[in-house]
Amino acid sequence: MKKSVLLGAMTVAGLAAGAAAAGTLDDVKARGKLNCGVTTGLVGFAAPDANGNWDGFDVGVCRAVAAAVFGDPTAVEFVPTTGKTRFTALASGEIDMLARNTTWTFSRDTDLKFDFVGVNYYDGQGFMVPKALGVSSAKELNGATVCIQTGTTTELNLADFFRSNNITYTPVPIETNAEALQQYLAGACDAYTTDASGLAASRATFEAPGDHIVLPEIISKEPLGPLVRHGDNDWGDIVRWTLNALIAAEELGITSANVAELSAAPTSNPEINRLLGTEGELGKMVGLDNAWAKNAIAAVGNYGEVFEKNIGANTAIGLARGLNAQWTDGGLLYTPPFR
Amino acid sequence: MTRATEAFVRHQMLPQVPPPSSQTGIVKWLRENLFSSIGNSILTIASFFALWWVLDAVWPWLTNGVWTTSSLSQCREVLQGEVGACFSVLAERWNQLLFGFKYPAELYGRPTAAFLLLFIAAAPVLFFKTFPRHLLIVTAAYPFVAYWFIWGGSILVPAVAALGILGAMFVFKKYGNQNFATGLFGGIAAALVIWWLGGKIADAMPNFLALQEVASRDMGGFMLNMILGVVCVSLSLPFGILLALGRRSDMLIIKWICVLFIEFIRGVPLITLLFVANVVLAYFLPPGTSFDLILRVIIMITMFSSAYIAEVIRGGLAALPKGQYEAADSLGLDYAQAMRLIILPQALKISIPGIVNVAVGLFKDTTLVSVISMFDLVGMIRGPILGSTAWNGVYWELFGFAALLFFVVCYGISQYSQWLERQLRTDHL
Repeated sequence: MKKSVLLGAMTVAGLAAGAAAAGTLDDVKARGKLNCGVTTGLVGFAAPDANGNWDGFDVGVCRAVAAAVFGDPTAVEFVPTTGKTRFTALASGEIDMLARNTTWTFSRDTDLKFDFVGVNYYDGQGFMVPKALGVSSAKELNGATVCIQTGTTTELNLADFFRSNNITYTPVPIETNAEALQQYLAGACDAYTTDASGLAASRATFEAPGDHIVLPEIISKEPLGPLVRHGDNDWGDIVRWTLNALIAAEELGITSANVAELSAAPTSNPEINRLLGTEGELGKMVGLDNAWAKNAIAAVGNYGEVFEKNIGANTAIGLARGLNAQWTDGGLLYTPPFR
Repeated sequence: MTRATEAFVRHQMLPQVPPPSSQTGIVKWLRENLFSSIGNSILTIASFFALWWVLDAVWPWLTNGVWTTSSLSQCREVLQGEVGACFSVLAERWNQLLFGFKYPAELYGRPTAAFLLLFIAAAPVLFFKTFPRHLLIVTAAYPFVAYWFIWGGSILVPAVAALGILGAMFVFKKYGNQNFATGLFGGIAAALVIWWLGGKIADAMPNFLALQEVASRDMGGFMLNMILGVVCVSLSLPFGILLALGRRSDMLIIKWICVLFIEFIRGVPLITLLFVANVVLAYFLPPGTSFDLILRVIIMITMFSSAYIAEVIRGGLAALPKGQYEAADSLGLDYAQAMRLIILPQALKISIPGIVNVAVGLFKDTTLVSVISMFDLVGMIRGPILGSTAWNGVYWELFGFAALLFFVVCYGISQYSQWLERQLRTDHL
């Protein structure tokens, strides 16, 4: 009996592997749910609320893809992953896509056999200092003590930055973010350095956030984006263009409020028409309903809305758009055209 | 001028006088225990100062605690800069801390009932002198009932599992007396047949007396710690005994299997085993058909702790004087009887502190599952709760609460074990 179970499991494995190769989109549709990998909890980016509903900037991407595929932003199974389990979860097929503030790097894209479909947040390493220090630029930090998490790339970036600017510093190595904040607040170091979004999120939790400033210098590139497995380009296209649709929607002035009106009948702007499916057959080309982008935008809003709702200037985290503004506003968001 | 020639002699008894005030009551106690010497007096005053210093900081923090706001920033608004804890996070996320964030809220009663039943089920084992032996049947039935309550689904699944074990025991009792191997393998075969047939029946009637099903992935909070702790401790004790006996066995193959198992498991960190359970197995399993994650973790933790318990029990076995083994042999008992009636009761008694040590350590180690993205109590705190915009930055209240829960359980285990040691004491006082 055991043998038959084993053989049966192997047969199922073979079939499932074959099915997986047939297409992630078909799998997702057959399952009726998108399995989306997220973090186990990061302020503003992804966390379940008191009722267990996930919310956040990365969660928005998952919901948009679910809305594009099913027309239903709730058809998502959020699979929480840690920094250590995220890549295996994706590689083993446990999740269909990973939207978990993951930095797009060469080795992850090539050696780990993933495809980053785009960037939804341009992050970078920054510095936070108390206002009382009277520093307005990281280059004035000569001789400062800097709290830093050990074993991360931030350590290397910090050394490079200070060496190339010919200034000195004393590192205070610390294990975790929470501990580093305690040390920083206790005055054990003049400055704290980690990803700028993390600095802003941490600063928001201080008793007196106004007493601390995040310096304008960004000393490393951390483009964060959703990723999928190598080998299923059709599925990669769907995730990539759903993200692009959100970005294009902001550029074209489509919001969750006016998307119904704009998609009711063709407008004078042909790109809006193509995006919202009132003209052309863009949805069919990726194997989805023609209203895919309309559904995604109606569900979560355009990129700017997702940003403002979760991490924008009016939230507790209060991140400025900065690099994450549209290219027309001096940022880096530049989606290829929809045609 | 007469000089008194007689010595003074008292003629009547003095009435009893209460001892001087420095020798009674609180003063005496203080003098003897706190101020018996200059050094001790200094230490006492220093300790009181330290105590006062801690209480002075903690007491207003506790009593000023805010319980009703909905975010950390609101807590701070209420406190207006005064010292005070933000216990609102415990109030708002109470259910999440206990049950995880995905267990259906309307079903919270089921795991709670399973938890309360645990005490009833454990009582006949823990207080075996008070309760009659036949109540052990309640204990034996408990795992199946608890499984049904927590995971839901048809009652046929746990019922078939229980029937299979009953069948195996029946066959073993019937044939095991004549030939151990016949009984053992016959029992295993009987269980497999029952499970196979029962599995078909259970598959055919998924709605028979069914409770709403809850997936393993939805378990979380302190409930997950309790599930892992209770299951793994109770499983690892019998496995540990078998491994310890196996390691001392004369049969070469069995001995080496046990030695290899114990040495390998002890040589690997638990967290590595957990990663194997979570990550590496995922590569070998077909996508989509996941072998239940909690089951994987239970197997790994049980393997880990049974290796440790085996070594503790081996220590107990080694501590028994050789005369006990010889006495058992001279009574004409066979191996099983000698172990069951003479050796193990004594060896296990000696091993109690060590076993409790492993059990308490194991219970606390269940928090390690948070690194493989399971949301136990610590995982809930570190992930979803500290990751929410409203509660980011509340550390003391949350981790203090977690520490309190773990302390209650671990201290309870420890106190029980000391009571048990007193109960089992047979040596001369």
